[in-house]
Amino acid sequence: MELIFALCVGVMTSCGVYLCLRGTTFTVVIGLTLLSYAVNLFLFASGRLHLNAAPILGVSQQIADPLPQALVLTAIVIGFGMTAFLVVLAIRTSADWGTDHVDGKPQAIENTIQQESGRS
Amino acid sequence: MNHLPVLPILLPSLSGILMLLPPLSKRLTVQRWISWFVLIALVVIGGLLVLHAQRQTLTYALGGWQPPFGILLVVDRPAALLLSLTAVLAFCAGLYSAGKEDREGPFFYPLFLFQIMGINGAFLTGDLFNLFVFYEVLLISSYALLVYGGGSAKSKAAFQYVTLNLIGSALFLVALGTLYGTVGSLNMADMSYRVGLLQPEDQTLAKTGGLLLLLVFSLKSALLPLHFWLPKTYAAASASVVALFAVMTKVGFYSICRVFAGIFGSDAGALANLATPWIWPLAIATIAIGNLGVYAATSLRLIAANIVIVSVGTLLLAFVIGGEHSLSIGFYYLLHSTVVTGALFLIADLIGTQRGSAMDQLVTARPVIQPTFLGGAFLVTAIAAIGLPPLSGFVSKALLLESTRRIAEQVWVWPALLISSLTALIAFSRAGSTFFWNIATQDSSGGPKARFTQIIAVSILLSLTALMTTFASSILTYSEGAARDIRKHPIHIEGRIETDRSQVHEAHKS
Repeated sequence: MELIFALCVGVMTSCGVYLCLRGTTFTVVIGLTLLSYAVNLFLFASGRLHLNAAPILGVSQQIADPLPQALVLTAIVIGFGMTAFLVVLAIRTSADWGTDHVDGKPQAIENTIQQESGRS
Repeated sequence: MNHLPVLPILLPSLSGILMLLPPLSKRLTVQRWISWFVLIALVVIGGLLVLHAQRQTLTYALGGWQPPFGILLVVDRPAALLLSLTAVLAFCAGLYSAGKEDREGPFFYPLFLFQIMGINGAFLTGDLFNLFVFYEVLLISSYALLVYGGGSAKSKAAFQYVTLNLIGSALFLVALGTLYGTVGSLNMADMSYRVGLLQPEDQTLAKTGGLLLLLVFSLKSALLPLHFWLPKTYAAASASVVALFAVMTKVGFYSICRVFAGIFGSDAGALANLATPWIWPLAIATIAIGNLGVYAATSLRLIAANIVIVSVGTLLLAFVIGGEHSLSIGFYYLLHSTVVTGALFLIADLIGTQRGSAMDQLVTARPVIQPTFLGGAFLVTAIAAIGLPPLSGFVSKALLLESTRRIAEQVWVWPALLISSLTALIAFSRAGSTFFWNIATQDSSGGPKARFTQIIAVSILLSLTALMTTFASSILTYSEGAARDIRKHPIHIEGRIETDRSQVHEAHKS
């Protein structure tokens, strides 16, 4: 179980990092989403992985630590809100700049070059 | 129970929510007055907390849940100091925003108050996870405030800023998970006790978690390799927002102090002074790169933004060298630099509006409408920011130089501090002579005059520098205590935690 869990976290993190390093806002948003999923899983595992363990005293043989579960819940809510904001911002950026490049540059430079050559 | 400590969080959040609701949501004037009232109340509460903290450290368990399981707010001297600083700065920024910014879109004041709530919470919390939560509160309002008013420059700067900070938040959570998994608690006082008792096999993991936290806080406070977001962001946002942002890098610095002096401080056994070898060269390099930025800046705002970077480097330098004494001077410098950079951003905006399309860029343009007021304000700010006598910049820099005398690092610290003063001198001379003397001869009708509230806001900030110089001695006495409070946690909850934990372990076994 630990191995599968660790692999899941690792693969998601590396995919997330790869996508974050891409040049377009859409892939960056997807990358950040993957990254936050990986982080949530990681945070969940910080209370150790148990099978058949309830986070309540006296219900089962083993007791799971309830705190990481509460932390993950908070982290999910915050991550979700932030991602929603970023999506709106990305749409806004691409509307403002006419390109979804994170620097807003390559296309913009091309456009100005075209405009100038059109004028002359 | 004394409810004073929770008010700096509750008051802005409740009034912010109230302003979002229908009866007030469309009435700007009412919102303005409510926010000013709340901000003045925060200044008063900050003052009361400063007085309280001088006698003893206040703790406040939210909902009556006792630590380490409940959420704890701790008001000790550094927290109270920074709370009142934030309140004063926010009041001035709020006053200034009535000039034009609050009309550029809806809901300026609710966002503004939510950000103050986040900043106050980050100063007050005694729990690392809540530090994360309050960071997110202050960040999401800062995202919204950054794009406030719209425009393509703002949205681009905001996208990069948001992305960076989201990655920072992810790392923050990883660090918290690692620390919770090894240390077993997220309450700062509890952690500082437990870190010393760590088993050798857990130490490496805890060290990783701690250094990840350093990475996150360096991003927030703009330490060298992670400072690239700052000039662009600060140059894009509107003036009163940036004036409030002047305190945000200090939130990062404060967290570094809390974690790396409080938790991983000198009592942490094998992990003692974890971050010192990292912060130390990076702080010098931050000062250097900030100075280069000041030389390269093309507008007054960029100069101010790079001065913020230099001040972060100086603060961290004060934190790592020379122990408590230099940290206490660091706190004095923190007050000074926050107020001065806040004022500088406001003045840059006033100059920019009056110079028309040239804005605050360092080019020949038409003269400003109110050369006496703006010139005087610029001169005072420049003197304080450079560190010339007689204002607070000189006091803090002289004391900082004095405190690093006769230690091995003096060779590095003195040139860094002195050269940064020289750089600021050159930059401000260039900017001032361009703005006020090197003017295009043809006079034009010009932009709007500074409004009454804007003049008041700038004047308050400037008189604060003078006040800080006059009362330097009592502020320094207080900040000596603040530096002591940072080093050791005055709350003792270890005994109770141990009994609780042993009960849990017994329940585990049975």
